[in-house]
Amino acid sequence: MIEVENLTKKYGNARGINDVTFTVEKGEILGFLGPNGAGKTTTMRIITCFMPATSGKARVAGFDVFEDSLEVRKRIGYLPESVPLYTDMQVPVYLEFVGGLKGVDRRDIKRRVGQIIDDCGLNAVTKKYIGELSKGYRQRVGLAQALINDPEVLILDEPTIGLDPKQIIEIRSLIKGLGGRRTVILSTHILPEVSMTCQRVIIINEGRLVAVDTPQNLTAQLQKSQQIIVRIGGPEKEVLSEVGKINNVSRVAIKENGTDGVNTYLVEFKKDSDGGKDIPPVIVRKNWALYEMRPIGMSLEDIFIKLVTEEKIH
Amino acid sequence: MKNFFLIFQKEFRSYFNSPIAFVVITIFLILSGYFFHGIFLNFSTISFQVATNAILARQNNQLNVTEMVVRPFFDIISMVMLIMLPMLTMRMFSEEKKSGTIELLLTYPVKDSEVILGKFAGCMGIFTIMVLLTVPCFILIGLFGEPELGVVLSGYVGLFCMGAAFISLGIFASSITENQIIAAVLSFASLLIFLMMGYSASFASESLGNVLKYLSFMPHMYNSFAKGVLDTEDIIYYVLFTLFCIFLNMRSLESKKWRG
Ligand SMILES: Nc1ncnc2c1ncn2[C@@H]1O[C@H](COP(=O)(O)OP(=O)(O)O)[C@@H](O)[C@H]1O
Ligand SMILES: [Mg+2]
Repeated sequence: MIEVENLTKKYGNARGINDVTFTVEKGEILGFLGPNGAGKTTTMRIITCFMPATSGKARVAGFDVFEDSLEVRKRIGYLPESVPLYTDMQVPVYLEFVGGLKGVDRRDIKRRVGQIIDDCGLNAVTKKYIGELSKGYRQRVGLAQALINDPEVLILDEPTIGLDPKQIIEIRSLIKGLGGRRTVILSTHILPEVSMTCQRVIIINEGRLVAVDTPQNLTAQLQKSQQIIVRIGGPEKEVLSEVGKINNVSRVAIKENGTDGVNTYLVEFKKDSDGGKDIPPVIVRKNWALYEMRPIGMSLEDIFIKLVTEEKIH
Repeated sequence: MKNFFLIFQKEFRSYFNSPIAFVVITIFLILSGYFFHGIFLNFSTISFQVATNAILARQNNQLNVTEMVVRPFFDIISMVMLIMLPMLTMRMFSEEKKSGTIELLLTYPVKDSEVILGKFAGCMGIFTIMVLLTVPCFILIGLFGEPELGVVLSGYVGLFCMGAAFISLGIFASSITENQIIAAVLSFASLLIFLMMGYSASFASESLGNVLKYLSFMPHMYNSFAKGVLDTEDIIYYVLFTLFCIFLNMRSLESKKWRG
């Protein structure tokens, strides 16, 4: 649905984005993850035809963003980062205006605005001017204007920024409900947001694409070693040496010192080994007590930091 | 066409949601009313003197309400317009740039020309109301004298053409900055330059002088419009001026896209 090829944007001599390539399938929710200044907004502005790229191509539904800009714009709903709205308009008047511009039929507009007001939970503020609304409601109006013509593609630039936790949850579930029929690109610099809402993630840093995959695959792919947390009641030194002797174990360390000789240990295995199953027999043989044993996966956060710092070294 | 109308409607309405239109129209009416009062009083004093003094009456056999009230009044209105219209146009694009709403507007399936013409028409709408509010002055003149209707009508046509030119220039100025004050100062300054350009003609060589004179507003203002002859050449001048500003405006929107 969205194809981006070798997209580059320079601001004068400053870096915007550099050689970014990715595609988004129909019906997919794609997370666009990166720290501030990574180039998320820049990429989105090019896809939405707000500004052209320095080089490279971007297509939406087969239409080039530069050559068939109007066709692309007909199919896109866009929510910019700063949620710029006309503060001197009332909510329904504003939505009617936008709906008209986005090609909603005039006879249908009243019904459509009513429906979108219901969908986005705006019933409480239909009499208000947009300038009087709280940040959370503005965000909803922003989402409502993006959705008013039922676009195939939705591009949301940091839609949960500046909201309180309750509002964040509401907006996220609203967005999650949009997937399936629509293709969504959602940018964020908040990591859990991506694993919560998106099927696929793009990580971008300093204008370059660092990784593209599902959150699960990224986690699996990047785990160079597997780690297990075990809480064992037994003499510290002996535990360290005995567990260290197990085949495939590359490292054992004390993670936390407990009371009564019950310590929490971090055991690291070499990649793709299932060494974890060898630990309980040792404990049984030595007559120690086993209190807890669980694997720890790398969180998206770890991966992100890893990728971003590795990228810096290169 | 539908998009043009929607943008026109929104711009026109939004003038009433802010105090700008109210303030601008009020000050415009106060200023033109004040000057009208002066001109009218002056005329009535002279008429009175003429009526009571036979010698003066012989010298002033040309006492004419069209020449002495209508023409100077149009003159004054156009000057007040030059001062007030930049304040109507200053927010057109600069406000959208500052608040970021232009990012949404330009990513809707709307042509740049529809945006610009819609805004232009919205501003012309307010301007029309403003100018039509001066009609009572002419009714007043009509009660006491007999102004030539043709002169009054062509005077209004002239004001419209001038207003369109001033407004298109003002909107262009607001499209190149995100600061409303700069936009207003810029359009006011360029309007003044276009007004005064004719004067510098005498310092230039003859051919350049003629060009400067033609480009200036001055020779297109009162020579013909207020004489009561609709001079197509002057109308063409203002239409071209307006079209050129709209063209520049389109370029400036485009270049904004290029530079990001
Ligand atoms: N209009 C602009 N002019 C100059 N540089 C810009 C402009 N917009 C963004 N940049 C630069 O481009 C880079 C990417 O910015 P942006 O796309 O806004 O990042 P993000 O949205 O991921 O925070 C940043 O280094 C930023 O300083
Ligand atoms: Mg951004």
